[in-house]
Amino acid sequence: MLIQLFSDIGKLWEKYGSVYLTGIANTLILATVATLIGCVIGFLCGILKTIPYGPNDNIIKRFLLRLIRIIIQAYVEVFRGTPMILQAVFIYYGLPYFFGVAFKDIWTVSILVVSINTGAYMAESVRGGIMSIDVGQFEGAKAIGMNHWQAMLYVILPQTLRNILPQIGNNYIINVKDTSVMFIIGFSDFFAVHKMVSGAVFKYFPSATMEMVGYLCLTLLASFLLRKIEKKMAGKSNYELVNTDQLVMTAGTYSLPKDAASPFDEVNKDIREGK
Amino acid sequence: MENPILEVRHLSKTFGTNAVLKDIDFTVNKGDVTSIIGASGSGKSTLLRCINLLETLTTGEILYHGQDVTKGKVNASEYRAKVGMVFQSFNLFNNMTVLKNCMIGQEKVSHIKKEEARDRALYYLNKVGMAPYINARPAQISGGQKQRVAIARALAMEPEILLFDEPTSALDPEMVGEVLDVMKSLASDKMTMLVVTHEMAFARDVSTHVVYMADGVIEEEGLPEKIFTNPESLSTRSFLKRILNE
Ligand SMILES: Nc1ncnc2c1ncn2[C@@H]1O[C@H](COP(=O)(O)OP(=O)(O)OP(=O)(O)O)[C@@H](O)[C@H]1O
Ligand SMILES: [Mg+2]
Repeated sequence: MLIQLFSDIGKLWEKYGSVYLTGIANTLILATVATLIGCVIGFLCGILKTIPYGPNDNIIKRFLLRLIRIIIQAYVEVFRGTPMILQAVFIYYGLPYFFGVAFKDIWTVSILVVSINTGAYMAESVRGGIMSIDVGQFEGAKAIGMNHWQAMLYVILPQTLRNILPQIGNNYIINVKDTSVMFIIGFSDFFAVHKMVSGAVFKYFPSATMEMVGYLCLTLLASFLLRKIEKKMAGKSNYELVNTDQLVMTAGTYSLPKDAASPFDEVNKDIREGK
Repeated sequence: MENPILEVRHLSKTFGTNAVLKDIDFTVNKGDVTSIIGASGSGKSTLLRCINLLETLTTGEILYHGQDVTKGKVNASEYRAKVGMVFQSFNLFNNMTVLKNCMIGQEKVSHIKKEEARDRALYYLNKVGMAPYINARPAQISGGQKQRVAIARALAMEPEILLFDEPTSALDPEMVGEVLDVMKSLASDKMTMLVVTHEMAFARDVSTHVVYMADGVIEEEGLPEKIFTNPESLSTRSFLKRILNE
Protein backbone atom coordinates (compact mmCIF):
# COMPACT_ATOMS: atom_id res chain seq x y z
CA MET A 1 0.00 0.00 0.00
CA LEU A 2 2.65 2.46 1.06
CA ILE A 3 4.71 1.62 -1.98
CA GLN A 4 1.72 2.30 -4.15
CA LEU A 5 1.24 5.65 -2.42
CA PHE A 6 4.86 6.65 -2.89
CA SER A 7 4.85 5.72 -6.51
CA ASP A 8 1.63 7.70 -7.08
CA ILE A 9 3.14 10.70 -5.37
CA GLY A 10 6.25 10.26 -7.44
CA LYS A 11 4.26 10.32 -10.63
CA LEU A 12 2.23 13.31 -9.53
CA TRP A 13 5.39 15.15 -8.61
CA GLU A 14 7.03 14.36 -11.91
CA LYS A 15 4.15 15.76 -13.85
CA TYR A 16 2.86 18.53 -11.64
CA GLY A 17 5.82 19.30 -9.32
CA SER A 18 6.29 22.79 -10.61
CA VAL A 19 2.57 23.52 -10.29
CA TYR A 20 2.63 22.43 -6.65
CA LEU A 21 5.71 24.55 -6.04
CA THR A 22 4.08 27.58 -7.61
CA GLY A 23 1.12 26.95 -5.31
CA ILE A 24 3.42 26.86 -2.30
CA ALA A 25 5.11 30.07 -3.41
CA ASN A 26 1.75 31.80 -3.89
CA THR A 27 0.55 30.63 -0.50
CA LEU A 28 3.70 31.88 1.21
CA ILE A 29 3.68 35.23 -0.56
CA LEU A 30 0.02 35.81 0.20
CA ALA A 31 0.35 34.76 3.84
CA THR A 32 3.50 36.81 4.40
CA VAL A 33 2.37 40.01 2.71
CA ALA A 34 -1.10 39.84 4.23
CA THR A 35 0.27 39.18 7.72
CA LEU A 36 2.60 42.16 7.45
CA ILE A 37 -0.14 44.46 6.19
CA GLY A 38 -2.46 43.00 8.81
CA CYS A 39 0.08 43.93 11.49
CA VAL A 40 0.24 47.48 10.18
CA ILE A 41 -3.55 47.68 10.28
CA GLY A 42 -3.57 46.14 13.75
CA PHE A 43 -0.98 48.60 15.05
CA LEU A 44 -2.84 51.55 13.55
CA CYS A 45 -6.08 50.44 15.17
CA GLY A 46 -4.41 49.71 18.49
CA ILE A 47 -2.66 53.09 18.52
CA LEU A 48 -5.78 54.98 17.50
CA LYS A 49 -7.84 53.20 20.11
CA THR A 50 -5.47 54.08 22.93
CA ILE A 51 -5.20 57.83 22.28
CA PRO A 52 -6.15 59.23 25.65
CA TYR A 53 -8.78 61.89 26.04
CA GLY A 54 -10.17 63.46 29.16
CA PRO A 55 -12.95 65.75 30.24
CA ASN A 56 -10.64 68.72 29.67
CA ASP A 57 -10.18 68.10 25.96
CA ASN A 58 -12.37 70.03 23.58
CA ILE A 59 -15.58 68.49 22.39
CA ILE A 60 -14.52 67.91 18.79
CA LYS A 61 -11.48 65.92 19.82
CA ARG A 62 -13.52 63.88 22.25
CA PHE A 63 -16.20 63.22 19.67
CA LEU A 64 -13.69 62.21 16.99
CA LEU A 65 -11.79 59.88 19.26
CA ARG A 66 -14.95 58.23 20.46
CA LEU A 67 -16.13 57.82 16.86
CA ILE A 68 -12.80 56.25 15.91
CA ARG A 69 -13.10 53.78 18.76
CA ILE A 70 -16.60 52.77 17.70
CA ILE A 71 -15.61 52.32 14.07
CA ILE A 72 -12.62 50.20 14.99
CA GLN A 73 -14.69 48.09 17.32
CA ALA A 74 -17.29 47.50 14.61
CA TYR A 75 -14.56 46.53 12.16
CA VAL A 76 -13.05 44.08 14.62
CA GLU A 77 -16.38 42.46 15.47
CA VAL A 78 -17.45 42.06 11.85
CA PHE A 79 -14.22 40.58 10.54
CA ARG A 80 -13.58 38.38 13.54
CA GLY A 81 -17.16 37.22 13.60
CA THR A 82 -17.57 36.01 10.02
CA PRO A 83 -15.75 33.29 8.06
CA MET A 84 -12.92 34.52 5.87
CA ILE A 85 -14.23 32.44 2.98
CA LEU A 86 -17.44 34.47 3.07
CA GLN A 87 -15.56 37.74 3.44
CA ALA A 88 -13.67 36.88 0.27
CA VAL A 89 -16.86 36.19 -1.66
CA PHE A 90 -18.56 39.21 -0.18
CA ILE A 91 -15.81 41.63 -1.15
CA TYR A 92 -15.01 40.00 -4.50
CA TYR A 93 -18.58 40.12 -5.73
CA GLY A 94 -19.71 43.08 -3.67
CA LEU A 95 -17.53 45.64 -5.36
CA PRO A 96 -18.80 45.09 -8.93
CA TYR A 97 -22.32 44.88 -7.55
CA PHE A 98 -22.15 48.35 -6.07
CA PHE A 99 -19.63 50.15 -8.22
CA GLY A 100 -19.75 48.22 -11.45
CA VAL A 101 -15.99 47.65 -11.43
CA ALA A 102 -14.53 44.24 -10.83
CA PHE A 103 -11.12 43.51 -9.34
CA LYS A 104 -8.77 43.10 -12.25
CA ASP A 105 -6.18 41.32 -10.23
CA ILE A 106 -6.95 38.34 -8.03
CA TRP A 107 -3.82 39.07 -6.00
CA THR A 108 -5.10 42.46 -4.96
CA VAL A 109 -8.38 41.20 -3.68
CA SER A 110 -6.80 38.18 -1.96
CA ILE A 111 -4.24 40.29 -0.15
CA LEU A 112 -6.94 42.77 0.75
CA VAL A 113 -9.22 40.16 2.28
CA VAL A 114 -6.56 38.32 4.26
CA SER A 115 -4.95 41.58 5.47
CA ILE A 116 -8.23 43.02 6.68
CA ASN A 117 -9.06 39.77 8.41
CA THR A 118 -5.64 39.58 10.08
CA GLY A 119 -5.84 43.25 11.03
CA ALA A 120 -9.04 42.60 12.95
CA TYR A 121 -7.33 39.97 15.06
CA MET A 122 -4.16 42.03 15.50
CA ALA A 123 -6.05 45.17 16.55
CA GLU A 124 -7.10 43.54 19.79
CA SER A 125 -3.67 42.02 20.40
CA VAL A 126 -1.97 45.36 19.90
CA ARG A 127 -4.39 47.20 22.14
CA GLY A 128 -3.89 44.57 24.82
CA GLY A 129 -0.14 44.77 24.29
CA ILE A 130 -0.13 48.53 24.74
CA MET A 131 -2.30 48.33 27.85
CA SER A 132 -0.04 45.68 29.36
CA ILE A 133 2.97 48.01 29.47
CA ASP A 134 2.79 49.62 32.89
CA VAL A 135 1.78 53.28 32.78
CA GLY A 136 4.85 54.13 34.80
CA GLN A 137 7.01 53.94 31.70
CA PHE A 138 4.60 56.26 29.95
CA GLU A 139 4.87 58.72 32.81
CA GLY A 140 8.63 58.33 32.86
CA ALA A 141 8.67 59.31 29.19
CA LYS A 142 6.37 62.27 29.78
CA ALA A 143 8.45 63.40 32.73
CA ILE A 144 11.50 63.91 30.49
CA GLY A 145 9.38 65.90 28.08
CA MET A 146 8.23 63.36 25.51
CA ASN A 147 4.79 63.84 24.07
CA HIS A 148 2.27 61.03 23.63
CA TRP A 149 3.57 60.06 20.20
CA GLN A 150 7.23 60.04 21.15
CA ALA A 151 6.47 57.94 24.21
CA MET A 152 4.53 55.55 22.00
CA LEU A 153 7.16 55.35 19.31
CA TYR A 154 10.30 54.99 21.41
CA VAL A 155 9.10 53.33 24.59
CA ILE A 156 5.73 51.63 24.35
CA LEU A 157 5.47 50.23 20.83
CA PRO A 158 8.87 48.49 20.72
CA GLN A 159 7.89 46.62 23.87
CA THR A 160 4.41 45.95 22.54
CA LEU A 161 5.86 44.49 19.37
CA ARG A 162 8.11 42.20 21.34
CA ASN A 163 5.29 41.10 23.62
CA ILE A 164 2.86 40.28 20.85
CA LEU A 165 5.37 38.59 18.59
CA PRO A 166 3.98 35.17 19.57
CA GLN A 167 0.52 36.30 18.50
CA ILE A 168 1.87 37.63 15.23
CA GLY A 169 3.51 34.25 14.69
CA ASN A 170 0.25 32.52 15.47
CA ASN A 171 -1.58 34.65 12.96
CA TYR A 172 1.07 33.97 10.37
CA ILE A 173 0.72 30.22 10.76
CA ILE A 174 -3.05 30.48 10.64
CA ASN A 175 -2.73 32.53 7.47
CA VAL A 176 -0.45 29.99 5.81
CA LYS A 177 -3.20 27.43 6.29
CA ASP A 178 -6.30 29.55 5.94
CA THR A 179 -5.33 31.31 2.75
CA SER A 180 -6.49 27.99 1.29
CA VAL A 181 -10.03 29.31 1.37
CA MET A 182 -9.12 31.88 -1.24
CA PHE A 183 -9.56 29.21 -3.93
CA ILE A 184 -13.21 30.23 -3.72
CA ILE A 185 -12.48 33.36 -5.71
CA GLY A 186 -9.97 31.63 -7.95
CA PHE A 187 -6.67 32.33 -6.22
CA SER A 188 -4.23 29.57 -7.15
CA ASP A 189 -2.59 28.77 -3.84
CA PHE A 190 -1.22 25.44 -2.70
CA PHE A 191 -4.64 24.01 -1.94
CA ALA A 192 -6.13 25.21 -5.22
CA VAL A 193 -3.44 23.20 -6.97
CA HIS A 194 -4.68 20.10 -5.19
CA LYS A 195 -8.21 20.72 -6.37
CA MET A 196 -7.06 21.24 -9.90
CA VAL A 197 -4.60 18.36 -10.17
CA SER A 198 -6.61 15.73 -8.37
CA GLY A 199 -9.67 16.68 -10.37
CA ALA A 200 -7.69 16.12 -13.57
CA VAL A 201 -6.03 12.81 -12.71
CA PHE A 202 -8.29 11.40 -9.97
CA LYS A 203 -5.43 10.86 -7.49
CA TYR A 204 -7.19 12.40 -4.52
CA PHE A 205 -5.42 10.65 -1.69
CA PRO A 206 -1.83 10.92 -2.93
CA SER A 207 -2.35 14.58 -3.67
CA ALA A 208 -3.94 15.18 -0.27
CA THR A 209 -0.98 13.48 1.37
CA MET A 210 1.38 15.81 -0.42
CA GLU A 211 -0.71 18.76 0.71
CA MET A 212 -0.73 17.61 4.32
CA VAL A 213 3.03 17.14 4.39
CA GLY A 214 3.58 20.35 2.46
CA TYR A 215 1.48 22.50 4.81
CA LEU A 216 3.05 20.90 7.85
CA CYS A 217 6.54 21.63 6.57
CA LEU A 218 5.60 25.24 5.89
CA THR A 219 4.15 25.82 9.32
CA LEU A 220 7.02 24.04 11.07
CA LEU A 221 9.48 26.18 9.18
CA ALA A 222 7.49 29.27 10.06
CA SER A 223 7.43 28.52 13.78
CA PHE A 224 11.14 27.73 13.72
CA LEU A 225 11.93 31.09 12.12
CA LEU A 226 9.60 32.92 14.46
CA ARG A 227 11.29 31.45 17.50
CA LYS A 228 14.61 32.64 16.14
CA ILE A 229 13.27 36.14 15.69
CA GLU A 230 11.77 36.14 19.17
CA LYS A 231 15.06 35.11 20.67
CA LYS A 232 16.88 37.81 18.78
CA MET A 233 14.45 40.49 19.94
CA ALA A 234 14.72 39.43 23.56
CA GLY A 235 18.23 40.86 23.56
CA LYS A 236 21.31 39.72 25.39
CA SER A 237 20.77 38.03 28.69
CA ASN A 238 23.98 39.37 30.18
CA TYR A 239 25.96 42.58 30.06
CA GLU A 240 29.55 43.57 30.54
CA LEU A 241 30.78 46.07 33.04
CA VAL A 242 32.63 48.94 31.49
CA ASN A 243 35.96 50.18 32.74
CA THR A 244 35.18 53.31 34.71
CA ASP A 245 38.49 55.13 34.21
CA GLN A 246 37.95 55.12 30.51
CA LEU A 247 34.47 56.49 30.97
CA VAL A 248 35.52 59.28 33.24
CA MET A 249 37.92 60.44 30.58
CA THR A 250 35.21 60.43 27.95
CA ALA A 251 32.78 62.10 30.28
CA GLY A 252 35.39 64.73 31.07
CA THR A 253 35.17 66.02 27.53
CA TYR A 254 31.65 67.13 28.24
CA SER A 255 31.40 70.65 29.55
CA LEU A 256 28.27 72.21 30.84
CA PRO A 257 26.93 75.22 29.02
CA LYS A 258 28.33 78.46 30.45
CA ASP A 259 25.01 80.16 30.93
CA ALA A 260 23.28 77.04 32.10
CA ALA A 261 20.63 77.18 34.71
CA SER A 262 22.29 73.98 35.67
CA PRO A 263 22.74 72.92 39.24
CA PHE A 264 26.39 72.16 38.85
CA ASP A 265 27.66 75.62 38.07
CA GLU A 266 30.24 75.97 40.78
CA VAL A 267 30.71 72.78 42.62
CA ASN A 268 31.56 70.42 39.82
CA LYS A 269 34.05 72.56 38.01
CA ASP A 270 36.84 70.18 38.96
CA ILE A 271 35.17 67.18 37.48
CA ARG A 272 34.30 69.02 34.34
CA GLU A 273 37.79 70.23 33.81
CA GLY A 274 39.00 66.72 34.27
CA LYS A 275 40.98 67.32 37.43
CA MET B 1 17.80 86.45 47.90
CA GLU B 2 14.45 85.39 46.50
CA ASN B 3 14.54 83.76 43.12
CA PRO B 4 11.35 81.76 42.70
CA ILE B 5 11.42 78.98 40.12
CA LEU B 6 8.05 77.55 40.99
CA GLU B 7 5.09 79.20 42.63
CA VAL B 8 2.06 77.09 43.40
CA ARG B 9 -0.98 79.30 43.86
CA HIS B 10 -4.33 78.19 45.32
CA LEU B 11 -3.97 74.73 43.86
CA SER B 12 -6.91 72.38 44.37
CA LYS B 13 -7.41 68.91 43.02
CA THR B 14 -10.57 66.86 43.21
CA PHE B 15 -10.99 63.27 42.10
CA GLY B 16 -14.72 62.94 41.56
CA THR B 17 -16.04 64.23 44.85
CA ASN B 18 -12.85 63.49 46.75
CA ALA B 19 -11.01 66.75 47.45
CA VAL B 20 -7.41 65.56 47.62
CA LEU B 21 -5.67 68.93 47.58
CA LYS B 22 -7.22 72.09 48.98
CA ASP B 23 -5.88 75.53 48.27
CA ILE B 24 -2.19 74.64 48.29
CA ASP B 25 0.15 77.62 48.22
CA PHE B 26 3.92 77.54 48.28
CA THR B 27 7.06 78.67 46.53
CA VAL B 28 10.29 76.97 45.52
CA ASN B 29 13.32 79.22 45.16
CA LYS B 30 16.49 78.41 43.29
CA GLY B 31 18.72 76.19 45.37
CA ASP B 32 15.98 75.16 47.79
CA VAL B 33 15.82 71.59 48.94
CA THR B 34 12.22 71.27 50.05
CA SER B 35 11.00 68.14 51.79
CA ILE B 36 7.31 67.36 51.78
CA ILE B 37 6.31 65.11 54.64
CA GLY B 38 2.95 63.87 55.83
CA ALA B 39 0.82 60.82 56.44
CA SER B 40 -0.11 58.38 53.72
CA GLY B 41 -3.00 59.68 51.65
CA SER B 42 -2.42 63.32 52.53
CA GLY B 43 -1.95 64.16 48.84
CA LYS B 44 1.83 64.46 48.53
CA SER B 45 2.14 62.40 45.37
CA THR B 46 -0.84 64.11 43.83
CA LEU B 47 0.78 67.48 44.48
CA LEU B 48 3.99 66.46 42.70
CA ARG B 49 2.02 64.98 39.82
CA CYS B 50 0.07 68.22 39.49
CA ILE B 51 3.28 70.22 39.44
CA ASN B 52 4.61 68.01 36.64
CA LEU B 53 1.28 68.25 34.82
CA LEU B 54 0.73 64.51 35.03
CA GLU B 55 -2.59 65.44 36.63
CA THR B 56 -4.72 68.38 35.63
CA LEU B 57 -5.50 70.78 38.42
CA THR B 58 -9.08 71.44 39.35
CA THR B 59 -8.36 75.08 40.19
CA GLY B 60 -5.34 77.25 40.85
CA GLU B 61 -2.16 77.91 38.97
CA ILE B 62 1.47 76.92 38.80
CA LEU B 63 3.89 79.65 37.87
CA TYR B 64 7.22 78.67 36.38
CA HIS B 65 9.42 81.77 36.39
CA GLY B 66 6.25 83.75 36.72
CA GLN B 67 4.48 82.12 33.80
CA ASP B 68 1.38 80.00 34.33
CA VAL B 69 1.96 76.55 32.87
CA THR B 70 -1.49 75.13 33.49
CA LYS B 71 -3.53 77.01 30.91
CA GLY B 72 -2.02 75.44 27.82
CA LYS B 73 -0.11 78.57 26.81
CA VAL B 74 3.20 76.99 27.75
CA ASN B 75 4.11 73.78 25.97
CA ALA B 76 3.75 70.98 28.52
CA SER B 77 6.58 68.93 27.04
CA GLU B 78 9.06 71.78 27.10
CA TYR B 79 8.10 72.58 30.67
CA ARG B 80 8.43 68.95 31.76
CA ALA B 81 11.86 68.73 30.21
CA LYS B 82 12.93 71.51 32.60
CA VAL B 83 11.21 69.96 35.61
CA GLY B 84 12.64 66.50 36.19
CA MET B 85 10.82 63.82 38.09
CA VAL B 86 12.04 60.73 39.89
CA PHE B 87 9.39 58.15 40.72
CA GLN B 88 9.00 55.68 43.53
CA SER B 89 8.85 52.85 40.98
CA PHE B 90 11.81 54.11 38.87
CA ASN B 91 9.90 53.93 35.59
CA LEU B 92 12.96 53.23 33.48
CA PHE B 93 12.43 52.24 29.86
CA ASN B 94 12.74 48.47 29.79
CA ASN B 95 13.54 48.28 26.09
CA MET B 96 16.69 50.37 26.40
CA THR B 97 20.08 50.03 28.02
CA VAL B 98 21.03 52.21 30.95
CA LEU B 99 22.95 54.52 28.64
CA LYS B 100 20.11 54.81 26.14
CA ASN B 101 17.68 55.57 28.96
CA CYS B 102 19.77 58.65 29.69
CA MET B 103 20.18 59.65 26.05
CA ILE B 104 16.75 59.27 24.49
CA GLY B 105 15.22 62.37 26.07
CA GLN B 106 18.18 64.53 25.13
CA GLU B 107 18.07 63.31 21.55
CA LYS B 108 14.35 63.33 20.93
CA VAL B 109 13.17 66.14 23.18
CA SER B 110 16.14 68.53 23.33
CA HIS B 111 17.44 67.57 19.86
CA ILE B 112 20.99 67.16 21.07
CA LYS B 113 23.41 65.32 18.81
CA LYS B 114 24.11 61.72 19.60
CA GLU B 115 27.77 62.13 20.60
CA GLU B 116 27.03 65.01 22.92
CA ALA B 117 24.04 63.22 24.40
CA ARG B 118 26.28 60.25 25.08
CA ASP B 119 28.92 62.37 26.76
CA ARG B 120 26.35 64.07 28.88
CA ALA B 121 24.67 60.79 29.81
CA LEU B 122 28.05 59.36 30.83
CA TYR B 123 28.81 62.43 32.87
CA TYR B 124 25.67 62.07 34.94
CA LEU B 125 25.81 58.27 35.12
CA ASN B 126 29.31 58.65 36.45
CA LYS B 127 28.01 61.13 38.98
CA VAL B 128 25.53 58.61 40.38
CA GLY B 129 28.11 55.82 40.20
CA MET B 130 26.38 53.88 37.45
CA ALA B 131 28.79 54.44 34.58
CA PRO B 132 30.09 50.85 34.60
CA TYR B 133 26.58 49.61 33.94
CA ILE B 134 25.82 51.52 30.75
CA ASN B 135 25.24 48.33 28.78
CA ALA B 136 22.89 46.75 31.28
CA ARG B 137 19.15 46.74 30.88
CA PRO B 138 16.84 47.85 33.70
CA ALA B 139 15.74 44.27 34.37
CA GLN B 140 19.34 43.32 35.08
CA ILE B 141 20.17 45.77 37.87
CA SER B 142 19.07 46.18 41.48
CA GLY B 143 16.44 48.59 42.74
CA GLY B 144 18.95 51.04 44.16
CA GLN B 145 20.86 51.00 40.90
CA LYS B 146 17.67 51.54 38.94
CA GLN B 147 16.82 54.56 41.02
CA ARG B 148 20.28 56.01 40.52
CA VAL B 149 19.90 55.55 36.78
CA ALA B 150 16.50 57.22 36.97
CA ILE B 151 18.13 60.16 38.71
CA ALA B 152 20.83 60.31 36.04
CA ARG B 153 18.18 60.17 33.34
CA ALA B 154 16.41 63.14 34.89
CA LEU B 155 19.69 65.04 35.38
CA ALA B 156 20.75 64.44 31.79
CA MET B 157 17.90 66.73 30.72
CA GLU B 158 19.62 69.40 32.84
CA PRO B 159 16.42 70.36 34.60
CA GLU B 160 16.11 73.40 36.71
CA ILE B 161 14.35 71.56 39.45
CA LEU B 162 14.02 67.89 40.32
CA LEU B 163 10.91 66.39 41.87
CA PHE B 164 11.27 63.17 43.86
CA ASP B 165 8.28 61.07 44.89
CA GLU B 166 9.42 58.80 47.71
CA PRO B 167 12.50 57.71 45.79
CA THR B 168 13.57 55.19 48.42
CA SER B 169 10.23 53.69 49.45
CA ALA B 170 10.32 50.80 47.00
CA LEU B 171 13.87 49.83 47.92
CA ASP B 172 15.23 47.14 50.17
CA PRO B 173 16.69 48.76 53.31
CA GLU B 174 20.29 48.10 52.33
CA MET B 175 19.84 50.08 49.12
CA VAL B 176 18.25 53.17 50.61
CA GLY B 177 21.63 54.60 51.56
CA GLU B 178 23.14 54.65 48.09
CA VAL B 179 20.20 56.63 46.71
CA LEU B 180 20.12 59.05 49.64
CA ASP B 181 23.84 59.61 49.17
CA VAL B 182 23.27 60.64 45.57
CA MET B 183 20.51 62.99 46.65
CA LYS B 184 22.72 64.48 49.32
CA SER B 185 25.44 65.15 46.81
CA LEU B 186 22.91 66.84 44.55
CA ALA B 187 21.82 68.97 47.48
CA SER B 188 25.38 70.01 48.18
CA ASP B 189 25.71 70.91 44.49
CA LYS B 190 22.84 73.36 45.04
CA MET B 191 20.42 71.47 42.88
CA THR B 192 16.88 72.70 43.43
CA MET B 193 14.85 69.78 44.70
CA LEU B 194 11.33 69.07 45.87
CA VAL B 195 11.31 65.76 47.72
CA VAL B 196 8.36 63.80 49.03
CA THR B 197 9.90 61.53 51.62
CA HIS B 198 9.36 59.32 54.61
CA GLU B 199 13.07 59.57 55.45
CA MET B 200 12.91 62.00 58.34
CA ALA B 201 16.67 62.14 58.71
CA PHE B 202 16.94 63.40 55.13
CA ALA B 203 14.18 65.96 55.70
CA ARG B 204 15.81 67.20 58.87
CA ASP B 205 19.49 67.18 57.90
CA VAL B 206 19.57 67.81 54.17
CA SER B 207 16.61 69.96 53.26
CA THR B 208 16.50 73.72 53.62
CA HIS B 209 12.74 73.85 53.92
CA VAL B 210 10.13 71.39 55.20
CA VAL B 211 6.46 71.27 54.25
CA TYR B 212 4.12 69.19 56.36
CA MET B 213 0.90 68.13 54.65
CA ALA B 214 -2.22 66.71 56.24
CA ASP B 215 -5.52 65.93 54.54
CA GLY B 216 -4.76 67.89 51.41
CA VAL B 217 -3.61 71.11 53.03
CA ILE B 218 -0.23 72.47 54.06
CA GLU B 219 -0.55 72.29 57.79
CA GLU B 220 2.82 73.81 58.55
CA GLU B 221 6.03 74.76 56.77
CA GLY B 222 9.34 76.25 57.70
CA LEU B 223 12.99 75.58 58.44
CA PRO B 224 13.75 71.97 59.31
CA GLU B 225 15.08 72.93 62.75
CA LYS B 226 11.83 74.68 63.50
CA ILE B 227 9.55 71.90 62.25
CA PHE B 228 11.47 69.10 63.90
CA THR B 229 12.22 70.67 67.24
CA ASN B 230 9.42 73.10 67.80
CA PRO B 231 6.43 72.53 65.55
CA GLU B 232 3.50 74.87 66.04
CA SER B 233 0.70 72.63 64.91
CA LEU B 234 -0.61 69.84 67.08
CA SER B 235 -1.05 67.67 64.02
CA THR B 236 2.60 68.13 62.99
CA ARG B 237 3.70 67.27 66.46
CA SER B 238 1.73 64.03 66.65
CA PHE B 239 2.78 63.01 63.13
CA LEU B 240 6.44 63.49 63.96
CA LYS B 241 6.06 61.72 67.26
CA ARG B 242 4.46 58.78 65.53
CA ILE B 243 6.93 58.51 62.69
CA LEU B 244 10.09 59.15 64.72
CA ASN B 245 9.15 56.45 67.23
CA GLU B 246 8.66 53.82 64.57
N1 LIG C 1 -6.22 58.78 40.18
C1 LIG C 1 -6.89 58.87 41.34
N2 LIG C 1 -8.22 58.74 41.37
C2 LIG C 1 -8.91 58.87 42.52
N3 LIG C 1 -8.33 59.11 43.71
C3 LIG C 1 -7.01 59.26 43.76
C4 LIG C 1 -6.21 59.14 42.57
N4 LIG C 1 -4.91 59.33 42.92
C5 LIG C 1 -4.92 59.54 44.24
N5 LIG C 1 -6.17 59.51 44.75
C6 LIG C 1 -6.53 59.73 46.15
O1 LIG C 1 -5.93 60.91 46.59
C7 LIG C 1 -5.50 60.80 47.93
C8 LIG C 1 -4.07 61.25 48.05
O2 LIG C 1 -3.24 60.35 47.36
P1 LIG C 1 -1.69 60.55 47.24
O3 LIG C 1 -1.16 59.40 46.47
O4 LIG C 1 -1.41 61.90 46.71
O5 LIG C 1 -1.23 60.46 48.74
P2 LIG C 1 0.25 60.45 49.31
O6 LIG C 1 0.32 61.53 50.30
O7 LIG C 1 1.24 60.46 48.22
O8 LIG C 1 0.28 59.06 50.06
P3 LIG C 1 1.48 58.01 50.20
O9 LIG C 1 2.36 58.50 51.31
O10 LIG C 1 0.79 56.73 50.57
O11 LIG C 1 2.16 57.92 48.90
C9 LIG C 1 -5.75 59.36 48.34
O12 LIG C 1 -6.89 59.34 49.15
C10 LIG C 1 -6.00 58.64 47.07
O13 LIG C 1 -6.93 57.63 47.27
MG1 LIG D 1 2.61 58.98 47.42
